[in-house]
Amino acid sequence: MNIFRFFAKSDSAPAARERLQVLLAHERASTGDSDLVKILRDEIMTVIAKHMQIDSDKVSVKMERGAQVSTLAVDVEIPFDAAKKKKKAA
Amino acid sequence: MGKVIVVTSGKGGVGKTTSTAALGAALAQGGAKVVVVDFDVGLRNLDLVMGAERRVVYDLVNVIQGDAKLTQALIRDKRLQTLYLLPASQTRDKDNLTAEGVEKVITALRKNFDWVICDSPAGIERGATLAMRHADVAIVVTNPEVSSVRDSDRIIGLLDSKTLKAERGEQMEKHLLLTRYDANRAERGDMLKVDDVLEILSIPLLGIIPESMDVLRASNVGAPVTLSDDRSAPALAYFDAARRLNGESIPVTIPGEKRGFFGKIFGRKAA
Repeated sequence: MNIFRFFAKSDSAPAARERLQVLLAHERASTGDSDLVKILRDEIMTVIAKHMQIDSDKVSVKMERGAQVSTLAVDVEIPFDAAKKKKKAA
Repeated sequence: MGKVIVVTSGKGGVGKTTSTAALGAALAQGGAKVVVVDFDVGLRNLDLVMGAERRVVYDLVNVIQGDAKLTQALIRDKRLQTLYLLPASQTRDKDNLTAEGVEKVITALRKNFDWVICDSPAGIERGATLAMRHADVAIVVTNPEVSSVRDSDRIIGLLDSKTLKAERGEQMEKHLLLTRYDANRAERGDMLKVDDVLEILSIPLLGIIPESMDVLRASNVGAPVTLSDDRSAPALAYFDAARRLNGESIPVTIPGEKRGFFGKIFGRKAA
């Protein structure tokens, strides 16, 4: 029974330990500014909006937290005539 | 002047009330004068676990609002002369707990008891922050499971910032009580080990309470596990934890480990 078990599944406790360590390292560092992603999104949007017209629903900001570094991915969909529209509006 | 302990965890269902009752009884069995205080207004259960549910007349909110005197609200345990319970209100909600009211009650209890043990509600809101507010010592009850460990980490942060001790710039004395531990599952790699949890939370260990049928059996009959079966594995673990609270330095053993490992003494430093 134990042998079958041994081959069937690997230990789950090390995964729990590692996930907790990464998560808590971030949570301890960022108590208070849990809205960081929202703030970054809003500010990035403002900057882009200065130069072209964009649809706020077509901007995605993602944070991926790693043990050593985190990555922030900003994905903005720009319509081909965005710059023109902006000029017209101005 | 007695010591005020808060038993807290963030997450619900990890064993705060069970541990409050068991440690309170264990300390009283050693001769100390102990009061256990239920802060879970609206969802009280310490009365039930202590077997005093039919004797509640007045509660913490009545005392705070001046409807009853503290001495009228305290319920003396039928089995232990030096153990008392201050129940929470079942009908009111937690907004009836005021900071000043709680302070008055705790100050009065501290004068009359050796230990004041506050059973915190789950969560991080008013009830929980008021339960920890006046504490000298915090017992963080944690299960070897990811969500419990995460919530304990959050609570440790609050203990270090939102309590009177923290605001005075003093260090809150914190202890980890690891409950529902299954040594066999940890050994197989299916459960976080004691050392994993200690490393992540980095507070000293007060004790390890094994997962056990005896805990449920004790609450079924309304007795702290240290009273209902004082030779059971969880009771022995709670007795050891109570002795550590008293400043005794006894090594922490992992309860319920399989034969051959049993009796193995770990060099881990106790709280």
